[in-house]
Amino acid sequence: MALTVSDVARLGSLARIDLTEEELEKLAPQLGVILESVARVSELDTTDVPPTSHPEPLTNVFRPDALHESLPVNEALAMAPAAEDDRFRVPRILGEEA
Amino acid sequence: MSRDILRANAHELARQIAAGERSSEEITRAHLDQIAAVDGAVHSFLHIESDRALEAARRVDAKRAAGETLGPLAGVPLALKDVFTMTGAPTTAGSKMLEGWVSPYNATVTQRLLDADIVILGKTNLDEFAMGSSTENSAYGPTRNPWDLDRTPGGSGGGSAAALAAFEAPLAIGSDTGGSIRQPGSFTGTVGIKPTYGGTSRYGQIALASSLDQPGPCTRSVLDAALLHQVIGGHDPLDATSIDAPVPDIVGAARSGDIRGMRVGVVKELGGEGYAPGVEQRFRETVALLESLGAEIVEVSCPHFDYAMAAYYLILPAEASSNLARFDAMRYGLRVGDDGARSTEEVMAMTRGAGFGEEVKRRIIIGTYALSAGYYDAYYGSAQKIRTLIARDFRAAFEQADVLVSPSTPTTAFRIGERIDDPLAMYMNDLCTTPSNLAGNASASFPVGLSPDDNMPVGFHVMAPAMADDRLYRVGAALERSLETTWGGSLLERIPTLEGSFA
Repeated sequence: MALTVSDVARLGSLARIDLTEEELEKLAPQLGVILESVARVSELDTTDVPPTSHPEPLTNVFRPDALHESLPVNEALAMAPAAEDDRFRVPRILGEEA
Repeated sequence: MSRDILRANAHELARQIAAGERSSEEITRAHLDQIAAVDGAVHSFLHIESDRALEAARRVDAKRAAGETLGPLAGVPLALKDVFTMTGAPTTAGSKMLEGWVSPYNATVTQRLLDADIVILGKTNLDEFAMGSSTENSAYGPTRNPWDLDRTPGGSGGGSAAALAAFEAPLAIGSDTGGSIRQPGSFTGTVGIKPTYGGTSRYGQIALASSLDQPGPCTRSVLDAALLHQVIGGHDPLDATSIDAPVPDIVGAARSGDIRGMRVGVVKELGGEGYAPGVEQRFRETVALLESLGAEIVEVSCPHFDYAMAAYYLILPAEASSNLARFDAMRYGLRVGDDGARSTEEVMAMTRGAGFGEEVKRRIIIGTYALSAGYYDAYYGSAQKIRTLIARDFRAAFEQADVLVSPSTPTTAFRIGERIDDPLAMYMNDLCTTPSNLAGNASASFPVGLSPDDNMPVGFHVMAPAMADDRLYRVGAALERSLETTWGGSLLERIPTLEGSFA
């Protein structure tokens, strides 16, 4: 499973991770080897095998709908990268095309 | 004096505290002194909580003085893997992304340790976001194996395991996603337990792969592991995947160690090519020892285990890429490039590019690929079906045997730097440990001697059905009792003394 540098750059952009040229050059062959190895999962005929997404048969868990104190605003914002007027301050949401 | 304290088992220290023979403060101080003496060389800890630890120790001493009954590990110091949140202390998960972050709440594991009056010394090093098999992927530098400082202590819980082997703490907590408790246990000659999935709470554990992660005890003795497991185990309403059933009698099993009549299944697929001769030799000797102690040995075949690694290294990155999406530079953690001109998306990509290390990027990208349209069925979909086949293999094997066994790892601890540029070779370390995470059953690594190849510790891997964790302790206790009689003490009595050590 050969991956080109531009394939990895595209995956990086889907994953919202900026990758340097150097990282792309290093990652592409490594990822190729790893993907080739894990592609073994397709070797078996699993047509009639149901998938397992979780070791436990998950059922929805409900808790009592009771009122309780929420995290105080100052504590929630204490670790925010930036805050303003008791709110999280984020970079501009709208892109060039907007 | 301090040497006696540092080398003692946790249950013995707890007994001494309860009996008033020693104070928790004296014991805590001895461990803080040992950390100060050796951690520069080992680097088990990312963060030390000296003042809070001493304060907690004094509280335990006051309780005892007031005649209160203490819990079974009250006053004993512990090293907490830095993937568990703890208020008032940083939680970094070994990543630059969380540098300086302080959680506003305690993980359930942390809370239960505090409620049991266990003294938390600090937070231990790990591969970034628990991704790795050597603790070389920590953003804060590697941890070294106290048996040989040129070697890795395994990963991702290398810091917790090394803290035990360096006598910096008698108890530690780890988390095991594909072997991150058992493999470091194997590399450092310590006990590492991965409880049944859902048997210990993941609430407040920084998530790597939610269907695989499981907190568990790391100790120097089997009984200590059982006592610690008892403290952190059991149902937690804050974790939707927590099993609502009582923890089996693990402490009783650890005290008994009776394996007469137990059927022990040697997994055919976990051995042979690729396993170091010294590891195989110790494994065969241990199986023979179990037989001499009254167990019945059977060979079992788990044909789909050959595909476990491949399935694991698709499922884990897929879940990790989703879990780590929360590090978006908006709500907490690092933010890079917010100069007013860049969009949210650009800041997000710059932050994740700067904040994540190489292994984390590698896995997120594999996960992104495996989940992408056109590849989903061939990769992630197939991996989930393999997971079903592995669970079926376990079910069939557990009809023939009460526990399954294999070496914990194919080799002993490798050298720092040796595999860092060969991710596939690094992933191969998890060959024996990943099937248990995929199926969710209980498993453990116990020290069974040194490899004749390189004099490094070898671990023996035991797997039990879900919610039959007591069987692990029964086997571990039987091995420990017998081997320690032969050795004339614990395996760690043979560890070289670190420079400046009080142990």
